[in-house]
Amino acid sequence: MARRLPRKDVVIVGLGWTGSILAYELARTGLDVVALERGPWRDTASDFNIGTAPDELRYAVRHDIFLRPKQETLTMRNNPSQTALPIRKWGSFLPGNGVGGAGLHWNGQTWRFLPDDFRIRSHMIERYGQGILPEGNQIQDWPVSYDELEPHYDRFEQVAGISGKAGNIKGKIQPGGNPFEGARERDYPTPPLKQGYAQSLFTKAATEMGLHPFPRPSANISMAYTNPYGCSMAPCTYCGFCEWFGCANYSKSSPQTCVLPALVREPTFEARTDCEVTKINLSGDGKTATGVTYVDASGEEWEQPGDLVLVCAFSLFNVRLLLLSGIGKPYDPASGKGVVGRNYAYQTGSGALGFFNDAKFNPFAAAGSLGVALDDYNSDNFDHGPHGFVGGASITSAHTNGRPIRYHPTPPGTPTWGSAWKKAVKDNYQRVTNVGAQGSVMSYRNNYLDLDPTYKDPLGRPLMRMTFDYQPNEQKMANWMAERCQEIVKAMGASSTKLNRLGVPWSVVPYQTTHNTGGAVMGNDPNTSVLNRYLQSWDVSNVFVMGASAFPQNAGYNPTGTVGALTYWSLEAILKYLKSPGALVSR
Amino acid sequence: MWLRTLVLLLPLFSAGSVTAGPDNYVDIARGKALVIAGDCAACHTAEGGQPFAGGLALQTPFGAIMTPNITFDTTTGIGSWSADDFARAMQEGRRPGGGHLYPAFPYPYYTKVERSDLDAIYLYLRALPPVENRVNRNTLPFPFNIRLLMKGWNALFFTSGTFKPDPARSAEFNRGAYLVEGLGHCGACHTPFNAFGANQNDKYLEGNQIDNWTAPNITNDPRVGLGKWSVDDIVQYLKTGQNAFSLASGPMKDAIENSTSEMPVADLKAIAVYLKERGAEGPPASTPLAASDPRMQAGEAIYVDTCAACHVRTGTGVAHLFPKLAGNVVTTQEDPASLIRIVIAGGRAAATEGFPTSPAMPSLGYRLSDKQVADVVTYVRNSWGNAAAPVSEETVRTLRAKVTGAAPGE
Amino acid sequence: MKLPAKACHARTAGLGDMTMESADRRYGRTSRRPDGASPARHGVTRRGLLLATAALLVTTSGVNARVVTKVLPWKPNDAYPVAPVVPGGYLFFTASEAAVVEAFVDRLIPADDLGPGAKEAGVTTFIDRQLTGPYGGHDWLYMAGPFSENPLPSQGLQSELTPRQQYRMGIAALEAYCKATFNRGFAELAAADQDKLIAGLEKGAVQLPNFSSKTLFTAIYNNAIEGFFADPIYGGNRDMIGWKLVGFPGVRYDFRDVIDRPNQAYTLPPVSLQGRPAWGER
Repeated sequence: MARRLPRKDVVIVGLGWTGSILAYELARTGLDVVALERGPWRDTASDFNIGTAPDELRYAVRHDIFLRPKQETLTMRNNPSQTALPIRKWGSFLPGNGVGGAGLHWNGQTWRFLPDDFRIRSHMIERYGQGILPEGNQIQDWPVSYDELEPHYDRFEQVAGISGKAGNIKGKIQPGGNPFEGARERDYPTPPLKQGYAQSLFTKAATEMGLHPFPRPSANISMAYTNPYGCSMAPCTYCGFCEWFGCANYSKSSPQTCVLPALVREPTFEARTDCEVTKINLSGDGKTATGVTYVDASGEEWEQPGDLVLVCAFSLFNVRLLLLSGIGKPYDPASGKGVVGRNYAYQTGSGALGFFNDAKFNPFAAAGSLGVALDDYNSDNFDHGPHGFVGGASITSAHTNGRPIRYHPTPPGTPTWGSAWKKAVKDNYQRVTNVGAQGSVMSYRNNYLDLDPTYKDPLGRPLMRMTFDYQPNEQKMANWMAERCQEIVKAMGASSTKLNRLGVPWSVVPYQTTHNTGGAVMGNDPNTSVLNRYLQSWDVSNVFVMGASAFPQNAGYNPTGTVGALTYWSLEAILKYLKSPGALVSR
Repeated sequence: MWLRTLVLLLPLFSAGSVTAGPDNYVDIARGKALVIAGDCAACHTAEGGQPFAGGLALQTPFGAIMTPNITFDTTTGIGSWSADDFARAMQEGRRPGGGHLYPAFPYPYYTKVERSDLDAIYLYLRALPPVENRVNRNTLPFPFNIRLLMKGWNALFFTSGTFKPDPARSAEFNRGAYLVEGLGHCGACHTPFNAFGANQNDKYLEGNQIDNWTAPNITNDPRVGLGKWSVDDIVQYLKTGQNAFSLASGPMKDAIENSTSEMPVADLKAIAVYLKERGAEGPPASTPLAASDPRMQAGEAIYVDTCAACHVRTGTGVAHLFPKLAGNVVTTQEDPASLIRIVIAGGRAAATEGFPTSPAMPSLGYRLSDKQVADVVTYVRNSWGNAAAPVSEETVRTLRAKVTGAAPGE
Repeated sequence: MKLPAKACHARTAGLGDMTMESADRRYGRTSRRPDGASPARHGVTRRGLLLATAALLVTTSGVNARVVTKVLPWKPNDAYPVAPVVPGGYLFFTASEAAVVEAFVDRLIPADDLGPGAKEAGVTTFIDRQLTGPYGGHDWLYMAGPFSENPLPSQGLQSELTPRQQYRMGIAALEAYCKATFNRGFAELAAADQDKLIAGLEKGAVQLPNFSSKTLFTAIYNNAIEGFFADPIYGGNRDMIGWKLVGFPGVRYDFRDVIDRPNQAYTLPPVSLQGRPAWGER
């Protein structure tokens, strides 16, 4: 029996980017805010000590700062006819754990989605007709436009100190930036990172091909910066230990560097770590959340009453918490009814490796978001008519690291071991570079999340089941993109190339990306969305759900920029809600 | 803005003789400002305890002294004290019954505080909720537990008397002097002790070691003192915990967070003017160690591989986060304790309203041997224009034992 | 000079040895362990408590949570380094198992004219120490049943066997196979025969008695690559020879100089978590 704690105005589940931003902004108004985080507190100096942080085996291979699958994992299958089995060891994606969440171990690529991405269904039909939409799709327009999100993208970029080069300021195209981006009010707060040798080859080749390369926006920041919250950051040192690592020198934007120092000073805020929220509690009629139940480190169960519950865990775990709490109707692919778990989507990865006869790419001098990208093949920036697919990809030349356990590329045909392998590893470490395409994934009737009937977590709750595969539309798109990448890497001067097509069926084994989206999507129709356009639950008006779980489908970009923008967008609505509680959009 | 604050605040401190009367909003507010300036809470609050309820163990060379409860609880605090009793304690180091207080309580400084200010402090403390907290006030070992000994100590080292302004100096200087020499009791940490635990007045503000930290020279000495800092640099440091030269950590972090960052800028400026104009005293300049010295070479390798990612190859640091090492007087103090302990145990910088980040230096004691710590500290003390005596492995070993709580040689 | 290991109380992460505290801390479920043991919470040591300054580490109203409010937690000496592997002997392998692994990794990454190989790098010691830690028992993984007889390849790891069991059973099966086929142990085979056999295991062409040849190959292969390229603190990559082979400069954490000089050879020596020779004797 859970013991009851004193009431709080706001209960926040999960203390990553979205949780820390909301906690700060709400505590600042004088509200009593408690954040419950199931992982440990993490701090730059103690947890990401320069003498322990750059450890590939510990973090990238053994996953020291990630959620232990033993505590929670998912089950997985490629389609509803199969039996799902637990993801016993993380592979394809890596959920974080602890204060900072994924905002701690990310690479730092901080994009805005394109204006068309927010109304992709309408836009594609308008331009190409219904026939362009793939079979079984559940693609839907976002309930919010780029223009509405623009000030909130800007806010997040300012708080995170993002380094980049604007391509479109108030409609005026800026040389050197991304000409395809939506109009922005102003430039990034800090200038772009420096780029490596591969990026200079890419820029030259792409420009000569008539494409439009630009430095990709980066949360590994280029210069010392103090954000609007007063938090200070240092310049990135190109150490090459970003993704899967905490940053030792305050140069990667994260809740730790950008929000927590200001947040903890708010006298009405407290964080409780090692506390796992097991359920959002509802009133008898199921229309109001009364707080949450959580289990502390000793296994003791507590009830934390609260007036407002903000669900700020990783996207997948947001969805699971809604399912376990009975908030919103679970999605059923057979009938097409229900919403929670609907429209789970992911990201494609494809591209081409280029092998150069004589180059010193120094891949270790890198940053998670160092790179030059182009958007000529993203969203609907090109004519989809001849190709018969929906969606697109950002194409990038990048070195994010040269850590040798995982990065020791060899040309096709190289033996996997022995002296010949060893020679190829030595010869190619400096001479290989990649041009990659990170692509969109649309939403489909049979790609979804629900509770697994068999497997349970240590608390006895069902694991969530992921049913997902790359559909023909995504395969076509990603493989077409791989060819574009190959053209570019050849033009950069590669003597040979290796085409990396999209791996199908989708497998949990190789790492692909932790851009898991959807499952608790936002929309204008309560029959096809869990949340209204303000990220407020249609069913329980004092529950708001942040994160990429709100994406109706995924675009050809990393999600964090949009997650940040949605958070500030929702914050504005939450502040209105607090003045007059209730549904912000009537059903 | 500064000017207006100055005008508003000057009269507060020079208010006429008001004895402690009925509760008075203005005097209580003034008392609060004075209590902040004196950072009374720092010593009179135990770890995790109620403010001003005492019980913090102050480590002195003679043993631990538990700080008293200065809330107005009648049985365990100073609830029965009159304003005169309070003033006597502050100015003479004597309790109401006449018993002696130990000078861990810095009455040799507080003696300079004007009676009207003491009365305001009294009123403020009296207005706070009384906290019942009995503190054992007799923790010193024999013979130091004989409080009468303090009579002799006072005869030797204590001069009573309120602050006397120097008419030849500016009002601002005198005000700074009043704060530094009186309530601020800056010299208690920044002036060397003699064998009897008294500050050596001939070495006033020339630096000291306190709790295994270096309290640096804060005279206007250009090499090891504040000579390179402008008045504004000092004000910024005291207000925000950082400036272009340094970030505060250790005991000064607490002093800034709890006291100076909350003080009016006009007072901080007065302190700065006083420190800049009072005079410069420092040890003679030394010549830097040759770069070819093996200690410098090992130190440079360690610095480049471990320190440069934050403090930068040229020792210039990063504003608001990583202190500059080139020309930072902390690096060239005669006493290298702060440098050594920060490398071994790490250190967190001050968090203030304007700069909440409070970056922390990671502890590197697990990574570097005593010899390696000595070499990298020696390198920092003798590079980029810095020059100071090399640090020995033995010095590091002794300090490591103190800051990690391990016995040497363990 | 020897590093006074005990004088530095920084706790060690249980990645390369049997120390489990940090691992448990990360798992954040310390007292749900079946043995009911309750190891120290986030680095709270006696000294940590004594020296804690402003860091708030409080337990309120009976909640067994770390409560953070008002100030960012920080304590002197707070660090979570891994315990450096001390080479010498084996903690998991028997002498004959170690001989098999040593011979195996010596063929995977041989010493040749490009320099030393896995054996010289200490990879066998690396694997031995990894197996004694949480990795060896799959301690952090989801190991609850039921285990499927016929998982999809896309579902990844579905074996009940821990790495420790894989090595113990797999090496025994390999030895049994070698004794039966060659009348000798694997380590005693000629290099060419070892290569042939390893290639057979990799492809699944060689059937070991009661053990998956691919499983054994994959385990040793992955761990050999890890041991050759992981930081030397884990017992492999001795003298950073794996890093020197490819030109990885290690944990320098600052390549601003490199990014300023594109397409130039990097010339500084690598640095490991424990430094490099120029730091002077420890």
